[in-house]
Amino acid sequence: MRMKGEKKSAIFYTSLSSILLLLFIVSLVYGSVSIPLSTILDILSGKETGNNAWEQIVLQSRIPQAITAIMAGASLAVSGLLLQTLFRNPLAGPSILGISDGANLGVAAIMLYFGGSLSNITDYPISGYITVILAAFVGACIILGVIIYFSTKVKSNVILLIIGIMIGYLTSSLISILNYYASADRIHAYVMWGLGNFSGVSLGHIPYFVMFSSIGLLLSLLMIKPLNALLLGELYAANLGVKIKRTRICILFCTGLLTATTTAFCGPISFIGLAVPHVARLILGTSNHKMLLPVTIFAGAIIALLCNILMIIPGSNTILPLNAVTPLLGAPIIIYVIMNRKNIQYFN
Amino acid sequence: MKTIIHTAAIETKNLGIGYHLKKGRKKIVHEQLNLKLRNGEVTCLLGLNGAGKSTLLRTLCGFQPPLSGTIYLQGKPLDSYPQRKLSQMVGVVLTEKTNVGNLTVHELVSLGRYPYSGFFGQLKANDLSVIEQSIEAVGISHKTDCNVAELSDGERQKAMIAKALAQQCPIIILDEPTAFLDVTSRIEIMTLLHKLAREQDKAILLSTHDLDLAIQMGDCLWLQGKELPMAVGSPEDLILQHRFGVFFNKDDISFDESTGKISMTTPTVPIGIEGDFKVSYWVGNALIRNGFLPSPKSDNYLSVVCENAENLKIYRQGNLWKVSHTVAELIQNLF
Repeated sequence: MRMKGEKKSAIFYTSLSSILLLLFIVSLVYGSVSIPLSTILDILSGKETGNNAWEQIVLQSRIPQAITAIMAGASLAVSGLLLQTLFRNPLAGPSILGISDGANLGVAAIMLYFGGSLSNITDYPISGYITVILAAFVGACIILGVIIYFSTKVKSNVILLIIGIMIGYLTSSLISILNYYASADRIHAYVMWGLGNFSGVSLGHIPYFVMFSSIGLLLSLLMIKPLNALLLGELYAANLGVKIKRTRICILFCTGLLTATTTAFCGPISFIGLAVPHVARLILGTSNHKMLLPVTIFAGAIIALLCNILMIIPGSNTILPLNAVTPLLGAPIIIYVIMNRKNIQYFN
Repeated sequence: MKTIIHTAAIETKNLGIGYHLKKGRKKIVHEQLNLKLRNGEVTCLLGLNGAGKSTLLRTLCGFQPPLSGTIYLQGKPLDSYPQRKLSQMVGVVLTEKTNVGNLTVHELVSLGRYPYSGFFGQLKANDLSVIEQSIEAVGISHKTDCNVAELSDGERQKAMIAKALAQQCPIIILDEPTAFLDVTSRIEIMTLLHKLAREQDKAILLSTHDLDLAIQMGDCLWLQGKELPMAVGSPEDLILQHRFGVFFNKDDISFDESTGKISMTTPTVPIGIEGDFKVSYWVGNALIRNGFLPSPKSDNYLSVVCENAENLKIYRQGNLWKVSHTVAELIQNLF
């Protein structure tokens, strides 16, 4: 049976990476401008195609967008999984606990108060990005800190979740106040950012985004052992030698980094963090993070790429906002999980 | 038979337990506890709700600090153990809700190797064999690869005990391990714990509300009550020294020292009873329930002669009055 387990994981990783590769290629080929596959392969291999526009589209737009989607999807999915394990609540996720609201507030403060667009903040676009990331990170961390504080005070996860939702409302109200005093163009820029998209990260910024989210993903992989012990609950975990406070802070830091980075670069993206861990658990049939965490990374990347493709309405130039698409996939998954919770083993 | 040297696995000196409240105030649950938990024995902690059983267990596990006094684990103060060493010393089975439904029994028990395994939780050959032995010791080897959600409540409890065994601790502390279990599973769990104490020389401490089982299976009982000194000893000694009453007597409820059961206050209407041992025992049970006090046969009051289960004769003033064929009929005839 344990040998079977190894075989099972080999099958999983092979099929998941094939699907990911397939979707990556699809997202390069498929778009509002149709470019033949052979041309795309030529562009990728660096051959002269004689069509500058197509080269521009593939290299400057589609590749960065696909990479962004992969990293953002993986980051959000992992932070959702970490929070679900930590709070032992299947409905925990970066957006529900108010953490992404915190990032929103940080970004709103920067964008609405200091400038209408990222490049307006400073003359150097990179440091502009870093300011926004920092703002998102600080905002997310403040909310995380509040959530950690309440998590030591209240035992019930439902109550903690409600507190998270309330904190979300509070930050929204602060954002409304900032909106009220901001100029129209700044508000417009912030609203556009709030719709979420994978196309805002240019090729030059990709390394930064990839670096920050990779750090978060690597950190999460280092916590597989304590995460498994936490499935038993905090007292059991403490009895097994888990340093609860340190682990909790590590997990929340990691979640903060992943959520804040993604939110800063792509805007607040709903449902991926909440729904993907469930998809991973359902297809895997285990909560053992040794498998669950890597599969969640893959599944997050795949689902985000899928959303990226679904945003494009076939045969038109219209591109739907990202946050119009993610609930279409995410909400039905959550409803399915909740309706079937009696038959789903990880609830028992 | 080998000589058993009873060393104290846990010893407390003037231990005070309770909680720190705000502004430096304390809520003291119990004070001046001088207890000894011995290897090779099952010790049952009994007490009504609110007596402080959980507080005591949590303190002994190191989950909360004592308010005063010291806890010694195998002679060394508990707070001198680093967390990793402590987790190789005391294993726990709690009533906490877990989220392990879709881990396999093997994966669950392997969490018990946490204090021994490396940074990523890799298991070596030795770990695997400890896990296998632990699962075997609790008798659920056939469920090794089943998901925990597929287990019965009793099997799930056994899996948690196997997890504690995999920790290879000399001390196992269990918080109400038989709660929510059906009667056969309770006896199974208690028998299992008893076997583990004897065969693996573990010191086992468990809290329970199951008086019958504790008296039957506990080597040592700790009786805890609000504002009462802890009563410690073998169940038989505690009963014969009339130590139980003070912990369990309450209004109309009292501890019956002849049966070891908690029952309504002893009835006073005498009724004679004699005959077949087993039949008269159970007829007596029904009579007590209906307010009679079973006594030797006499002409001064009603008497029941139990010839066999189908032949129960009631005598009035020495004369046969009525014959009943079931216990229920007998009770009806008496009223």
